[in-house]
Amino acid sequence: MSSTVETGEKRAAGGGEAAQLNWSLWTRQTLAVMRLELGKNFLGRRALLLYMLAGLPLAVLGAAAALVQESDGAFKSFAELGVTYSIIYGALILRTLLFFGCAWVFMNLFRGEVVDRSLHYYFLAPVRREVLVVGKYLSGLLATATLFGITTLGSFALAYFGFFPAESVEYVFDGPGLGQALTYAGITVLACVGYGAVFLIVGLYFRNPVIPALLIYGWEWLNFLLPPLLKKLSVIHYLNSLVPIPPPAGPFAVLAEPTPAWISVPSLLVFTALTLLLAGLHIRRQEISYAGE
Amino acid sequence: MTTRTTNAERMIVFEGVSKFYGEILGVNRINLAIAPGITSLVGPNGSGKTTLMNLMTGLLRPTRGTISVLGTSPHDPEKLFRKVGYCSQFDSFPPGMTGREFIEFYLSVHGYTRGEVRDLTQAALERVSMQDAAGRKVAGYSKGMRQRIRLAQSLAHNPSVLILDEPLNGLDPMARAEIIRLFQSLAAEGLYLVISSHILHEVDMMSDSVVLMHNGYVVAEGDVHGVRGEIEEHPMQILVRCDRPQVLAARLFEHEHTIEARIHDDRRGLFVRTRRPDDFYLLLNRLVTENNLKVESVAPADDDLNAVYQYLIVSEGGRVS
Repeated sequence: MSSTVETGEKRAAGGGEAAQLNWSLWTRQTLAVMRLELGKNFLGRRALLLYMLAGLPLAVLGAAAALVQESDGAFKSFAELGVTYSIIYGALILRTLLFFGCAWVFMNLFRGEVVDRSLHYYFLAPVRREVLVVGKYLSGLLATATLFGITTLGSFALAYFGFFPAESVEYVFDGPGLGQALTYAGITVLACVGYGAVFLIVGLYFRNPVIPALLIYGWEWLNFLLPPLLKKLSVIHYLNSLVPIPPPAGPFAVLAEPTPAWISVPSLLVFTALTLLLAGLHIRRQEISYAGE
Repeated sequence: MTTRTTNAERMIVFEGVSKFYGEILGVNRINLAIAPGITSLVGPNGSGKTTLMNLMTGLLRPTRGTISVLGTSPHDPEKLFRKVGYCSQFDSFPPGMTGREFIEFYLSVHGYTRGEVRDLTQAALERVSMQDAAGRKVAGYSKGMRQRIRLAQSLAHNPSVLILDEPLNGLDPMARAEIIRLFQSLAAEGLYLVISSHILHEVDMMSDSVVLMHNGYVVAEGDVHGVRGEIEEHPMQILVRCDRPQVLAARLFEHEHTIEARIHDDRRGLFVRTRRPDDFYLLLNRLVTENNLKVESVAPADDDLNAVYQYLIVSEGGRVS
């Protein structure tokens, strides 16, 4: 077939040279997959729910701050604000909104394409299926980490500057506030890394991933009731170990020593790497059959 | 290198391939060697054609047996799809894309540079005459346009093997003739084209060889010319959807190969029974132009090839020469 450009087959030829170039090829392919997936994650019809989840804390805190300003009254003492924000972050942002946002995005990376009946286009391209897993995962991670990162920093800013503007300037710029805000943002990114891997694999293995997602949600929420050993079989345990101001444990909590950051962070990363490896093995053998979807 | 290996690298080879969906048979004990040129897989719906194509492209894994496409396993997509393009029957697209974006995106996944992607996309669009509509959203395309844009996507990377599942579905007579010419030119360039159809008449005029399938088995295979004579024993029924079927019927009866013409109950179509489908299609193109008819679709309405299969199995032992 005549063509002015080199065919894919010729490009793949070349023995040892081609083998050496594979990393470069895989990188290009990963970036190409990410480009499309980022478009879907940020601009696709499924992105609407993600924006709603990520925007909710900002809307609530923004509205609350506006009401407090109008009523011209103090909300609580500034000293309690750190703990209040820690509760808001842990219960609302981390355990609920980010959890379901990651579930929505990562479970749909492959599952959504099966529902849309478009996954076969990827499977019919000369790309290792593991590259697809990495490209899709990274796109999901970038989308969720960006949006929930903004949520985290935005909600922190609203919680402090919205209620105690004068004290907050000093606390953030001359005190520990900025470090705390960045730590929360880092935890958010790590949460997206960990939950993203979990939900990627759930989306691959389950035809209806909603039930497993709810079971995981229950497990993560009830983590405070679990004995110390079982606590470690969760993502939230490692994330809680990193928060700068721990929220109150509550009356029924089973207390356990927080895992140090030098163990928590690598543990989550190793867990993620193993999960992606498992996803890669699964996708290598996946067949395309849209029947019954 | 052994002769066997050399042949495997020049052919698409199925060796004892079976595929079961649980307890349901997809295909069974398939042994095939497909050479360059146009090979048609023909059989009624559910005969196993799509399963065979999905096995060939790694979308399905065989329960038993091995498949080799020019020496490459279907389970090595990185190598396979440098030389294979597959236009599947799944009429679905990633949401929100224009025709051009659809082709460009999947070319970029191949690892091509932006310039290469642009050039290959343009060439593919020109091959299927979709340049003018390439900037529109695929969601707004007609069925025929969607068929053509999928075809463009499957051949954009200049594969050596093109696998096409019911590629003529939904095309109007003009587009059908144009696409058949494209297939013939690709075959003349030395490509392997594997085309499926549930209508033997639809593909026999362009095929070098046919594989007849029924209930998951290959019931006959061989040179298409051997099959053609047998087909002429069996008049074919074609449904033409058009605005003035009575005009078309009157004109068709002027030609001796029209055995029967019956207007559809909704008066928007005409069932035509003919002994010479090739001549009928040529005649139809002429009559449409001469009478300014608006044709919505032309589709064979006679899916039952069992009679031909039975004839072939009994008379030729499953091989036509």
